[in-house]
Amino acid sequence: MTPHMLTRSLDRGATIFLAVVAACGILIPLSNLLLPAGSFLQVPTYLVALWGKYVCYAILALAIDLIWGYCGILSLGHGAFFALGGYAMGMYLMRQIGTRGVYGNPVLPDFMVFLNYSKLPWYWYGFDMFWFAALMVLVVPGLLAFCFGWLAFRSRVTGVYLSIITQAMTYALLLAFFRNDFGFGGNNGLTDFKDILGFNVQAEGTRAALFALSCLALIVGFLICRAIVSSKLGKVLIAVRDAESRTRFLGYRVESYKLFVFTVSACMAGVAGALYVPQVGIINPSEFAPGNSIEAVIWVAVGGRGTLVGAALGAVVVNYAKTFFTSGVLAPYWLFMLGALFILVTLLLPKGIVGTFNAWWDSSKEKRAATMASAAAEDGVTEPKMAE
Amino acid sequence: MPTHLSARLCSLALSLFLIAFALPALAGPFEDAVAKFANDDYSDTDEAIGVVAASGNPLAFPIISALQDGRLMVDLDSKKVYVTGTDGKSIDAATGQAVASVPDSASAVRLNNRLRRSVDAALGSLTLQSPDVGTRLQAAQSVFKSHEETALEAVDAALAKETNRSVKAALGEARAAILLFKSDASEVEKLEAVATLKARGDQEAMALLTGMGDQPASVTKAAASAIGSIQSSLAIWSSVQNAWYGLSLGSVLLLAAIGLAITFGVMGVINMAHGEMVMIGAYTTFVVQEVIRTRYPALFDYSLLIAVPLAFLVAGAIGVLIERSIIRFLYGRPLETLLATWGLSLVLQQAVRTMFGPTNREVGNPSWMSGAFELGQITITYNRLWILVFTLAVFAILLAMLRYTALGLEMRAVTQNRRMAASMGIATSRVDALTFGLGSGIAGIAGVALSQIDNVSPNLGQSYIIDSFMVVVFGGVGNLWGTLVGAFTLGIANKFLEPVAGAVLGKIAILVLIILFIQKRPRGLFALKGRAVEA
Repeated sequence: MTPHMLTRSLDRGATIFLAVVAACGILIPLSNLLLPAGSFLQVPTYLVALWGKYVCYAILALAIDLIWGYCGILSLGHGAFFALGGYAMGMYLMRQIGTRGVYGNPVLPDFMVFLNYSKLPWYWYGFDMFWFAALMVLVVPGLLAFCFGWLAFRSRVTGVYLSIITQAMTYALLLAFFRNDFGFGGNNGLTDFKDILGFNVQAEGTRAALFALSCLALIVGFLICRAIVSSKLGKVLIAVRDAESRTRFLGYRVESYKLFVFTVSACMAGVAGALYVPQVGIINPSEFAPGNSIEAVIWVAVGGRGTLVGAALGAVVVNYAKTFFTSGVLAPYWLFMLGALFILVTLLLPKGIVGTFNAWWDSSKEKRAATMASAAAEDGVTEPKMAE
Repeated sequence: MPTHLSARLCSLALSLFLIAFALPALAGPFEDAVAKFANDDYSDTDEAIGVVAASGNPLAFPIISALQDGRLMVDLDSKKVYVTGTDGKSIDAATGQAVASVPDSASAVRLNNRLRRSVDAALGSLTLQSPDVGTRLQAAQSVFKSHEETALEAVDAALAKETNRSVKAALGEARAAILLFKSDASEVEKLEAVATLKARGDQEAMALLTGMGDQPASVTKAAASAIGSIQSSLAIWSSVQNAWYGLSLGSVLLLAAIGLAITFGVMGVINMAHGEMVMIGAYTTFVVQEVIRTRYPALFDYSLLIAVPLAFLVAGAIGVLIERSIIRFLYGRPLETLLATWGLSLVLQQAVRTMFGPTNREVGNPSWMSGAFELGQITITYNRLWILVFTLAVFAILLAMLRYTALGLEMRAVTQNRRMAASMGIATSRVDALTFGLGSGIAGIAGVALSQIDNVSPNLGQSYIIDSFMVVVFGGVGNLWGTLVGAFTLGIANKFLEPVAGAVLGKIAILVLIILFIQKRPRGLFALKGRAVEA
């Protein structure tokens, strides 16, 4: 990708978005660390962790928008990739606990000692090394998405069928991870983390750094998505979204395009999960719940599908609303609101916030252009008169 | 037990002797034997028990059971024996005449362990001839379990008199069990016993055959072959059992999925709120039962019959409302429909949670749905059986409706070709609304049935939604028979996998298998044939 392509692919909205994310990623950690506690401009540490969570959700939303907004694949199981990335990171963090666990076993995490494991299961090997865990954050979700997508797209499972089986996939994983003998801590999941790369996960500095890293990941993820959708490949993806059979008849190997974008999206979701876990401090099987994945889809729908910026915005807006409403007296009504949000957005705001704004902006720009053109035309008509 | 046999012979000889020479004043062997209790001597008591139990006198049972409970009193001075009833009234044991009071000098007949065994055996043989069929059957079964040699005579006696077929069979099995363990039984008798146990063919029979100890070679051989045949018959029964559980699960799945198959098949609408329609049906049952409990308790057995049409109407009306207010604006956008109906399911769940509370609500079984019966080696509960029957009835009615009514015809037309149907003058939007209402109504009556076997809570629907989708996707869209086959296949497969892999792994395996199956047949088991490329 040349710098020229990069600048060309960035429109005004994307530029604003990147600027805002970058500013947040730099200013919020700085304000948290440098300003005195309690000062008006200081961002408290709990807010840094909370917003860090939102940023991770925004990355997940981007991943979903990439496949749903641009390729028409509605995955109701993206929470699974998110959770798998999270588990890979969680396994690394578990291994870092070492002898500081309740049972003080240098190799086995607490839950394994508790469940009478005599040695580490083979699939836990290597997770004491950060580079390996980081690789697995990409590889595990990517590989699952590749296998799943290869099977599904090759046999042309599309539309709602695909949605349903992705949901079944995450449901199956939910059931599996709930089992104690599966080796991932059963329903308690992985928690009680101490260190990441030698830094205390609870420390303010680590949290600020994780927040900055999440913002960086969001920016990188956004640029990757932008690059994909504005490339020639992106055009094919949009063609697949709008008329899959026609694209196939034109000679494109539809399934390869879909598989590629699905796998990339899953890897992004995995990264989001991996950044999420150290900031939240726990990963458990409930992250696989089908409801979570569908909720992530609604973030994208609220923000505006097929806009990327909108997906990230939707994730932040909906989750901010969730935090706001579930902590107050309105808590019993939150599900009503969330449900109504699903219904109203699909009925009344099918383009989402950003999509609707863009449409309004474009039409007003057109109007302005039209008035200018007509004014120019009038000028053009009058000019000859004047020349006469 | 030779000692016992000799005791019996002694007792017989002694009574003959006594009748012939000694005490002409006493009327017969029964009274004679009763008098022996008064000797307060263990071996005399033992003899007395044997004679009394075999006497056939109606007083035998009260006497022996009183002996067991320490209520058989003897007055050592007058040598009289009394039975103190559990109600405090006493009778003369020999004559059965009521007495005003037992003398203070009377004490209970003492027992030792050997005598207690005799008492048990005697009681066993007495209940073997009880006038009540149930008691006799139970007695025979308890003899089968204990297979005490002492009971053999009583069993033979009972067998000779028995007329009821099932009791007779049970007695025969009890006899076989005794003979098998009787050291001096002939080889022929033992072989017969093995054959009888083989015919019984259950776990207990096998336990007896495996634990029978040293036996003649021919008996051991016969037992081995009997064990083999019992094992294979048990394996068959356990398959039958699995199949029954599978059918039961399948019927539940079918019930939950039929409505979905209709809305998905006819309208191509994924209704994620379908599970909530099931839940609404279950809560309708709850409300109906509450009203009946407080106002008309006598009608409780009819509560489900009342709830079924009500649940259909309530869920159906809500369905039509949903279709008119939300879904019709989303036709042609299946993915958005999916999201909107998911939102709807959240709203409905929360609404029910607000109205009825988040905890489980109690829905009772009417009397005709509780209990179970035995079929061969398996137990079938009535509620599961009724649900299976009910599901098949609903399925049949629905098929008939689609086949023979005007609405059914219109629905099929719209399913096959919406635009063509519209051109023929079918009001497709009306058909859509009614179809959605029908699908939701059927989900509602599924809720009535599921309220009988599952917890009625706001999350009831959630637990069925993924399974129902799997059924519809597996069976194929737009084909009710596909749904039927899909539901029963998944149900049975699930139950056969469960003992092998465990409940959760079995379920995971099923999900994975379906995901793989979809690869092979993306349109399900019974796909509609057609030229639709962009369906």
